[in-house]
Amino acid sequence: MKLHEFEAKKIFSEHGIPVPNGKVASNPEETEEIAREIGKPVMLKSQVLVAGRGKAGGIIKVKNPEGAYTTAKKLFGMKIKGLQVKKLLVEEELKITKELYLSLTVDRSARKYVFLASSEGGMEIEKLAAEKPEKIVKVAINPLVGIKEFQVRKIIQRMGLQEYFKQVRGIIKAFKEIASRYDCELVESNPLVLTEEREIVAADARIIIDDNSLFRHQQFQRRFEEERGEMTQLELTALKEGFSYVDLEGSVGVIANGAGLTMASMDLVAKFGGKPANFLDIGGGASAERVRKAVEIQLRNPKVRGVLVNILGGITRCDEVAKGLIEALEEVKIQKPIIIRMQGTREEEGRKILKEAGISYLDTMEEAAKKIVEVVKGVSD
Amino acid sequence: MAILVDESTRVLVQGITGSEGRFHTKVMLDYGTKVVAGVTPGKGGEKVYGVPVYNFVEEAVEEHPEINSSIVFVPAKFAADAVFEAIEAKLNPIVVITEHIPVSDSLEFVNYARMKGIKIIGPNCPGAISPGKTKVGILPAKLFTKGGVGIVSRSGTLTYEIADAITKAKLGQSTCVGIGGDPIIGLDFIEVIKMFEKDPETKGVVIIGEIGGDMEEKLAEYITKKGVTKPVVAYIAGRTAPPGKRMGHAGAIVAMGKGSAESKLEALKEAGVPVAEIPSQIAELMKRTLTQ
Repeated sequence: MKLHEFEAKKIFSEHGIPVPNGKVASNPEETEEIAREIGKPVMLKSQVLVAGRGKAGGIIKVKNPEGAYTTAKKLFGMKIKGLQVKKLLVEEELKITKELYLSLTVDRSARKYVFLASSEGGMEIEKLAAEKPEKIVKVAINPLVGIKEFQVRKIIQRMGLQEYFKQVRGIIKAFKEIASRYDCELVESNPLVLTEEREIVAADARIIIDDNSLFRHQQFQRRFEEERGEMTQLELTALKEGFSYVDLEGSVGVIANGAGLTMASMDLVAKFGGKPANFLDIGGGASAERVRKAVEIQLRNPKVRGVLVNILGGITRCDEVAKGLIEALEEVKIQKPIIIRMQGTREEEGRKILKEAGISYLDTMEEAAKKIVEVVKGVSD
Repeated sequence: MAILVDESTRVLVQGITGSEGRFHTKVMLDYGTKVVAGVTPGKGGEKVYGVPVYNFVEEAVEEHPEINSSIVFVPAKFAADAVFEAIEAKLNPIVVITEHIPVSDSLEFVNYARMKGIKIIGPNCPGAISPGKTKVGILPAKLFTKGGVGIVSRSGTLTYEIADAITKAKLGQSTCVGIGGDPIIGLDFIEVIKMFEKDPETKGVVIIGEIGGDMEEKLAEYITKKGVTKPVVAYIAGRTAPPGKRMGHAGAIVAMGKGSAESKLEALKEAGVPVAEIPSQIAELMKRTLTQ
């Protein structure tokens, strides 16, 4: 779960990390008021959970409270990458002498936490890693041991901040504390800046909390359920039903059991010249009811021109799948081609149910993927 | 032989009284797996399909010293605690079936187990089967048959799909290991392939990878540098997955410019590993490389 910048900065501040003086506004009037309180040029930063807000015009510098009002009016009416701007973070403009980078994340293959730091900040870390990998220092932290002084020293030296040792050490330690306390996948400041006042300040702050740990963080759990950042309406609906679901660009709805098999089904649709409309994993051991809901989600999606159902029954039973499918078709009454591949546990019973309902099925996922692509092409031509 | 699990495996089921634990205890017993005891805190003294239940791992192991491995069905909130308990009892391997365990928990028990020389399979995995010998997991046994192909996979059902094709091609499997779909997991591809290299029953190895992380790239690097004596073929799922989205598995995400299918395909091809375009090709590829 991604936190908004203002939420991340609140956590930073609570852990002693300096952040710019600022407040959150929900309308142009509040924006003007906060700008007046701050009493110098301010940055208006749109609080939307997408990358590249700045480039999309979501971060604007204004000189005075009146300017803050008119600019805020524009920003509040704006959508950034499809997301409505509902909150602005109004912050004093910093006088920056140097931009740096600091983050703490999880190194999957090392199975450790890892600090990434650089004396160059501001640009995307992916870009920096590609263009100047020598500028990035990586320090792995064993979760059972925690961060040691020599590691702190190494990070600070490579950031070129020996002069500010105490300040930066505090920030590094705070990052680790935040990561442990909030089960973070990422704690990042890009840029972390050195100001003319010779202070180190987190000009930007990002925190991503591990979704699986939200049961320990009730304060965010509700927000998580209400507002999931970049998710589409269909994704939200499918998630409420407990499916793994991702919206894609194409026209072939994909239902399968298990993440790997669902991905492989999508890949096959693409391989045979089609385009998947989505990824819908019904998981293991799905009941007829769940299958019915999954098929309904597909049929009701206007983008979907045909549906591929690919089931390899292990703990999932083919008879349950067949029942759910038929129920969905009876209930929804939207005619769209459905191609079914069903194999495994209770295959015979499942096939019998389909046969009696006059629905055909195929034996292999390759055949089924090929067929749905042909059929959907026929529909659109 | 086979790897990780075989005739000598004596299993403890943690979370045995839950619906999944109960169900799969039965299925494992039916397959012939030696399930010796179970643990659920507060349910000591009960029996599940004749298997005695204890409150603590320590108690179970005292009563049944033959127990040497564990399978964990405990819900995500409490799973890490169960794994630590199994580590303290020196059970090895520990198969963690549970999905949705917080990464910070997995980081701790995976590192602790490695320190103690204990192998963790998973989390978020289907476990392992050595056909004809034993199954410590939830894989549907009837798709598997004894043979010479080792399978190591980050996926569940996709493994069954490919195992089924290998069964139908009359190759069969020595051991299949689902190492899990989470970002932080215990055993990785390289460690499992090293075990397959030493196993005389394994003639060739199938790798089933997917987007996210760099485990496939690391494997390719290992094969290039150290070499492997047995043929290896691979399949990678998620070529059409968009960046930034989790595709079902917590670990299946292309993030911060890392983990794309292209990068994995390229690395494996450079290492001389044939990569199947579609899952059913795996069996053919394996047959061809084995008969060469």
